[in-house]
Amino acid sequence: MLTKRIIPCLDVTDGRVVKGTHFINLRDAGDPVELAAFYDRESADELVFLDITASSDHRETMVDVVARTADQVFIPLTVGGGIRTVEDMRRMLQAGADKVSINTAAVDEPTLINQGADKFGSQCIVVAVDAKGVGQRREDGALDFERWEVYTHGGRRPTGIDVLEWVHRVAHLGAGEILLTSMDADGTQKGYDLKLTAAVSEAVSIPVIASGGVGNLAHLYDGLAIGKADAVLAASIFHYGAHSIREVKDYLASRGIPVRP
Amino acid sequence: MIAIIDYGAGNLRSVAKAIERLGYSAKVTDSAEDVLSARAVILPGVGAAGDTMASLQRLELVEPIRQVIAEGKPFFGVCLGLQVLLTGSEEGGWQECLGVIPGIVQRLPGGLKVPHMGWNQVKQRLAHPLFDGIPDNSNFYFVHSYFVKPVDEEFVAGQTEYGIDFCSVVIKDNLVATQFHPEKSGEMGLRVYENFCRWAGVGKAE
Repeated sequence: MLTKRIIPCLDVTDGRVVKGTHFINLRDAGDPVELAAFYDRESADELVFLDITASSDHRETMVDVVARTADQVFIPLTVGGGIRTVEDMRRMLQAGADKVSINTAAVDEPTLINQGADKFGSQCIVVAVDAKGVGQRREDGALDFERWEVYTHGGRRPTGIDVLEWVHRVAHLGAGEILLTSMDADGTQKGYDLKLTAAVSEAVSIPVIASGGVGNLAHLYDGLAIGKADAVLAASIFHYGAHSIREVKDYLASRGIPVRP
Repeated sequence: MIAIIDYGAGNLRSVAKAIERLGYSAKVTDSAEDVLSARAVILPGVGAAGDTMASLQRLELVEPIRQVIAEGKPFFGVCLGLQVLLTGSEEGGWQECLGVIPGIVQRLPGGLKVPHMGWNQVKQRLAHPLFDGIPDNSNFYFVHSYFVKPVDEEFVAGQTEYGIDFCSVVIKDNLVATQFHPEKSGEMGLRVYENFCRWAGVGKAE
């Protein structure tokens, strides 16, 4: 039986991990390569590096980080952030990334999805979708939107594009996977937007990774069981040492979710 | 030396790095001469069967591959490198493949998400040095939309469940092939390559 994937996400800038300095047993927890190896030992199922470097001057640093990671870590690695062209994709894949994630560039130029899929295969192309609910939140603060809009530029710019239409389109264009982040849930630690996650997961026949809002173990369970996600991505919950990956997996297994031990 | 066949697609670097990590020397190559002279050969793969066959033909590697397999050289096909060993694939209509293993390649059934992506268990159907130290039903990393159906069941050395039970490991004499990616399957994946190298009698690099 296919297991659900647990994916730590590392924000990297200038070759350093932004979060994740709370591991006392690591020599240098700011080193993405060392942190990646640590998560691999912890039985993370995949890794995502998000390059949050603002300027393009430092892209070479990221290529180097990817190459050094791929030399040591033998689980799938996705790299996102600042990838705008097929050539950018090629550089990351050649450096040793298994997948590249595109977001703003895909909205600006949707043919980038099929160009990338044709060149490197659909399995390499992850489309990251930042979604924000349209309308008001419920009075109790719960996320209960009827529809969602695609945002770009790190969640700052609305596009007017409907999320369900967009994910249908990117799947049709040849994306291999969708990395779905709820802008409403992100940073709240109150759990995923489950309605959004389930709606997207049901709208497409490609895998969906849920992201944004995880604060505790039950949230991860909900994202998989109620949100019907194929994988869950989380950052803070792992980086700040609140829960180890093994703990997450033991918990999910105890609640009947298939996971790789 | 282990030749890793480079036909211009995919992440070959991680296959080479995995082999090197284990202490063996690997050469990523598109030369028929290297394939013929190597101690063992790995045919990695991602992408589509049609593109792969076209690349192998363009690089004039089809005959050398058939030759080394026929001669008994240890050979390892990975993912698409397994699929192209069969008679033909239904990917993109019909694509004739290498025909080393009689059988066809079909699309995974609908109803579940395709590609089949992530970690899934391999049920070992026979004892073989490739599985040394690997517990039955260990998890490996898969990413594929098509699966192989060898005519001869005896070559099905491992199987995996995804809607159906499909063949995830083929072993036939000097030939082994996996639908999963050992180079992406962590410790157990490296173990598969180590077992292959030992079984192939490849010496560690100096």
